[in-house]
Amino acid sequence: MQVTSSVREPLITGGKTLKDVTHDISRQVEGKPSMAWLLALLVSVGVLVLGGLALVATLWEGIGMWGLNKTIGWAWDITNFVWWVGIGHAGTLISAVLLLFRQKWRMAINRAAEAMTIFAVICAAMFPIIHMGRPWLGAYWALPLPNTFGSLWVNFNSPLLWDVFAISTYFSVSLVFWYIGLIPDFATIRDRATGIRKAIYGALAFGWDGAAKTWSRYESVALILAGLATPLVLSVHTIVSFDFATSVIPGWHTTIFPPYFVAGAIFSGFAMVLTLMIITRKVFKLEDYITIVHIELMNIVIIITGSIVGIAYITEFFIAWYSGVAAEQYAFVNRAFGPYWWAYWSMMTCNVISPQLFWIKKIRTSIVATFILSIVVNIGMWFERFVIIVTSLHRDFLPSSWAMFSPTWSDIGVYLFTFGLFFTLFLLFAKFFPVINMAEVKSIVKSSSEKVNK
Amino acid sequence: MKENKKTYWKGLEELTNDESFVRNAEREFPEGPSNLDGSSRRDFLKVMGFSLAAASLAACEAPVRKAIPYVNKPVDINPSIPNYYASTFASGGDYASIVVKTREGRPIKIDGNELSPITKGGTNAIVEASVLSLYDKQRLSDPYINGEKSEWAALDAEVKSKLASAGSVKVITNTIISPSTEKALAEFSAAFGGAEVITYDPVSSYGITKAAEMTYGSAILPTYDFSKATVIVSFGADFLGTWISPIEFAKQYVQGRKITKEKPVMSRHFQFESNLSLTGANADYRTPIKPSQSGLAILALYNAVAKQAGATTVSAPAVEVEYLEKAAKELWANRGKSIVVSGSNDPNVQVVINAINDLLENNGVTVDFSRPSHFRKGDDAKMNQFVTDLKGGRVGAVVFFNCNPVYDYVKGAEIAESISKAKVSIATNGTMDETASLVQYVAPDHHYLESWNDFNPRKGEYSLSQPTISPLFNTRQAQESFLVWAGISTNYYDYLQENWRSSLMGTQSEISNFQEFWDRSLFNGVYSTPSTSSAISGNADVAVAASAVAKSYKADNAGVELAVYTKVGIGNGSHSNNPWLQEMSDPISKATWDNYLTVSQKWANEHGLKMVEGATRKAKITVGDKSLIVPVLVQPGQAQGTVGLALGYGRSKAGRVANGLGVNAYDLLDSSKGFVNFDVTEGVSVELLTDTYKIAQTQTHHTYMGREFVIQEATLADYKQDASAGRYKPQIYKEGEFVKPSKISLWKGHQYSQHHWGLAIDMNSCIGCGACTVACQVENNVSVVGKQEVLNRREMAWIRIDRYYSSPEGASSNKELEQAADNPEVTFQPMMCQHCNNAPCETVCPVAATTHSSEGLNQMTYNRCIGTRYCANNCPYKVRRFNWFKYHDNKDFAAVNVAQNDDLGKMVLNPDVTVRARGVIEKCSMCVQRIQSGKLTAKKEGRKVQDGDINTACATACPTDAIVFGDMNDPNSKITQMLKIQEDTISAVKEVNEERAYHVLEEINVSPNVWYFTKIRNKDKSEA
Repeated sequence: MQVTSSVREPLITGGKTLKDVTHDISRQVEGKPSMAWLLALLVSVGVLVLGGLALVATLWEGIGMWGLNKTIGWAWDITNFVWWVGIGHAGTLISAVLLLFRQKWRMAINRAAEAMTIFAVICAAMFPIIHMGRPWLGAYWALPLPNTFGSLWVNFNSPLLWDVFAISTYFSVSLVFWYIGLIPDFATIRDRATGIRKAIYGALAFGWDGAAKTWSRYESVALILAGLATPLVLSVHTIVSFDFATSVIPGWHTTIFPPYFVAGAIFSGFAMVLTLMIITRKVFKLEDYITIVHIELMNIVIIITGSIVGIAYITEFFIAWYSGVAAEQYAFVNRAFGPYWWAYWSMMTCNVISPQLFWIKKIRTSIVATFILSIVVNIGMWFERFVIIVTSLHRDFLPSSWAMFSPTWSDIGVYLFTFGLFFTLFLLFAKFFPVINMAEVKSIVKSSSEKVNK
Repeated sequence: MKENKKTYWKGLEELTNDESFVRNAEREFPEGPSNLDGSSRRDFLKVMGFSLAAASLAACEAPVRKAIPYVNKPVDINPSIPNYYASTFASGGDYASIVVKTREGRPIKIDGNELSPITKGGTNAIVEASVLSLYDKQRLSDPYINGEKSEWAALDAEVKSKLASAGSVKVITNTIISPSTEKALAEFSAAFGGAEVITYDPVSSYGITKAAEMTYGSAILPTYDFSKATVIVSFGADFLGTWISPIEFAKQYVQGRKITKEKPVMSRHFQFESNLSLTGANADYRTPIKPSQSGLAILALYNAVAKQAGATTVSAPAVEVEYLEKAAKELWANRGKSIVVSGSNDPNVQVVINAINDLLENNGVTVDFSRPSHFRKGDDAKMNQFVTDLKGGRVGAVVFFNCNPVYDYVKGAEIAESISKAKVSIATNGTMDETASLVQYVAPDHHYLESWNDFNPRKGEYSLSQPTISPLFNTRQAQESFLVWAGISTNYYDYLQENWRSSLMGTQSEISNFQEFWDRSLFNGVYSTPSTSSAISGNADVAVAASAVAKSYKADNAGVELAVYTKVGIGNGSHSNNPWLQEMSDPISKATWDNYLTVSQKWANEHGLKMVEGATRKAKITVGDKSLIVPVLVQPGQAQGTVGLALGYGRSKAGRVANGLGVNAYDLLDSSKGFVNFDVTEGVSVELLTDTYKIAQTQTHHTYMGREFVIQEATLADYKQDASAGRYKPQIYKEGEFVKPSKISLWKGHQYSQHHWGLAIDMNSCIGCGACTVACQVENNVSVVGKQEVLNRREMAWIRIDRYYSSPEGASSNKELEQAADNPEVTFQPMMCQHCNNAPCETVCPVAATTHSSEGLNQMTYNRCIGTRYCANNCPYKVRRFNWFKYHDNKDFAAVNVAQNDDLGKMVLNPDVTVRARGVIEKCSMCVQRIQSGKLTAKKEGRKVQDGDINTACATACPTDAIVFGDMNDPNSKITQMLKIQEDTISAVKEVNEERAYHVLEEINVSPNVWYFTKIRNKDKSEA
């Protein structure tokens, strides 16, 4: 039995009972899809299809459809990849790290955040494959599979290979973690459903019987998976950052990257969770479960990680100056004052300056301000990756090869495709899966709801 | 159990041990089927298994279409073994002695012929690329009569009868350096009542020949020898790039530019010119002058020299030209071993040049009129007269012998209008070009690789060309056409041989058998008669010439002046339908696929034009009543008040590749003074338009930002003090001391127990001509991607020449460093895969598609590449190229990438090199196919590979031997000696003792196998 201080803000408002919880959340799954949802799905699928055209064009004609060139071999592709992976991190952080730290406020948001992780990682994982010149081969040649080419193995020195392992591990652990959490809730829906729906949710519930032993095993598994997932929060983006940190290119070859990337990932992940949650709570009328307290707490995480990222940016500059390496110094001056200055200052404004607004309580607890800033942060984090990748590559060692990058419709289309995919998946999830972990939330109704304090 | 001692017999036979029983006992079926065929069940299974496997294998094989085997194998054609034939490239007066590599009967590569005393094994871009023109589908495949395909017999009959009654017959030609062709033409001429042969050159040197006539009495070009000159002064003559015989001159020039610690001497080169030419880019002192000043500058030089020589000076308006006094002083100090040349086509100017060289005692040494060269014989005056006659209807018949004056003569438009006034018009041009499309009869000539011919480029020097493939089309050698029309039935080969028998056999006494003499000459490709040089002297009236010059040049012309020039790759435009040449990055502007108006930075600033990433605006240039709209290119080094425009563009009927590219600058030339003037000094106006345009440049950032880790250079004076002058030697702090970067490494390092291939590149020898880039393209089947893809910065070149301008003096901020100086120093740096021993690309490839060989090469396995481009990103030299699209067999690239799309064009592909698929990375392999073949040859011959057995395509093509390839493990190799690798080690990291040698980006210790030698400028003090 946990004791909750009455000083703390309640985590559930509106005097919800256990029955209310079940009803409020199952209602979304059971009811007819709302007009708003259908419209949103239509838009998402539309974007998916439109973006899909760009994807097909790229796969059919070649990577030349993008704006890349002899100097800049990666641009939007890897920017999007890192961005999506980063977004995924919040889900894992919320469900695993906060679980281990016994942060109960996570309970209302972890389901959706984990779903976001899964979908973001799916979007992210697409890019390393489609950015290949020959994805039809690369998709499996990048795996250490036994083969008939003699003793031909992958190159274990390559950070790209480490990515393959990092992302696939991350995806599998996140998926299992998410799904295990869903099982009791599927059982709840199954128990309320009839007909074909009962059969489907019954199958999804894996025969959950709600016995004490089952609950005990469920909690053990959740804890073990949380333990497994926690290092992944740190390792995945660390490994992603190795793609750059282990290279020789000025602006990439930076030892600060691992912590800086992890902080950035959490930063952008929380921003994305906020964006999605603010819409979900509104659309599904879940204001009592996802309260202003949640939003404020997430905003605090954003201030912290945003500040870490800001310090990292400044440290990079200091180190470039302190190193005395001319090419390195130029790379950083060029970031801020070169032809891509606008990308750099967009990044600085969005990532370093705008989150500082959250020091003000009024902004921190304002839904509208939070929503806007969460989008601003995600724009900023996209620019961060763009700045690192493109402005470092476009002017490296030999001035003869300096070039500019400008995106083509295919670059934009493929990015849109992932947006379409992400939102389509998220909307399907929001409609057909319980968006809040009912079982977990019920466990705090008695201790942390508004009713308890009154 | 009790042991059974009884023996049971199967029958009486066994008991008796019958012989037949013993024989049959082993068999499965003592009698019956197995006796019939003598094979066992096992044999049956074996046979069945084999046939099954064979049948299924055969079924898997791809269908073979039209593969016709030789019934009897030709003696000298072995599949996969190349044959080499000595031959000659000649296009008008552009000349190179070459060796043609053929594979299975197809010419695929052209190398220089080292036996030639003229070109000495050098080539240039045009020569290298000419092999693709052979497979150009736009070549005419049949003779044409009035635009209709016809037969040779019909054409000959009509031509013969019409010519006989045509009256005055004129043959128009570019310079002919073939004695047998001249003889054939003479026969033709005789047959048709003394038909006149009129020679003109698109890029004329009439001024020089005319001046020679005025000075020495005969209209000839002298033999220039830049190797003997310690002071070189050139007024607008781009002798390293395009002027007269650039391969020869580059070979000579560089002899004075190669320096070592033991011999720290080099020639000093002054260049006075308007456009920044390749030659100007290599000069030690370069002064931009206006074309209108050039004559006066030459007079001033004459006066300065005459003063010191005590000769009479001439009166000339004063002109302020920087470094002119200095040049005069040094010329005088080095008289007898200096040279003064001018690119001017004004005979009076050339008379003064002759006088200067006479005063300097250079005549007979560096400028030798006693050994005339035959590269340019064009007579502008006669050609002008011809146009007048043609217009006046006084020409009965005109035969255009492989020339295209409608396009490349200043009065081309007038010729085009009046061709119909001649009763008969004939062309022997190989394509339906601007001229051929206007004539009645086209009798297409062979490509030179299909032809027999001889050449006499210089007095006493001969060379031969021989067919390397049987004619692809129903064409006929033009010389043979002339013979046929003249009623001579000998074929040209016999005619040629007969001519050699009668005129050259007697010039030697070594060989008495003509066949042997012929075979040897053909094998060598060249033949020299013993030199019989007689001094030539003469004296033109300098004062008369000087006063003419003084009158026609001005010291302070306020108007804009146009200096028309030729590009290294495109030349006079006759080869412009060759995509390799179009995509070749211009050595100076780095632009492809276009010509453009070059303007000075000052002019651009004044007009608010800023060129970023090739984006520019168009301008309207008007000369008299003609105007052209052409994009503007900001060119540092362009003389103030001048603009430059290249010839060779604006073709309308060159073919699919060149049609519609750029504008035709021939239209703007001035012929009012009796010669074709390539400098238009009056009546020029330039108006900048608002229309935007993009010029496809392969390099858009032009300075090296003061980065010593890229470009290391010094002045000769400093070099003499300290052989490592200009070297940047990064030191890295490690455990209490500063050490060389190579002393700190993550890697264990490679050991090369056999060979250790490397390249040494002398930036002092490299003149930037780009012959290597085209040679590489040919050798390695590098795709052409077209203008749009170059604009997208996706050219595929495996080797490029980085051209850097110096920043203005005192520039320190990044912004200032990005600007080129107004008259910059230029540095050329050939850049290809550096084959790093600690290669950053190798570690990052996820599938190990790029790996290190046991001989120091960084290898690329196309089959394994999945195209992540990580290697290209991580390459600090940015030499890796990605196949963004499928460039072969793709209609989107068919128009430009002829060699990989067209069924005929594909014949030029090198079968030893894979054509890369879409989605893979490619890059310089250090010609690994040549290395393998050299090693195999040595193995077959049971010996070690010797230095010189193997050479890369770039090093072979280089006319200045700036690129040296070799085995750094071989103590006797040239590269080992150049680099002074003393330690006998098989380690990848070699101890190099040559002070000038350095690695680009040494401080990141990727440990390249390519070494660069510092650029040394022969200046008194360093200046920007």
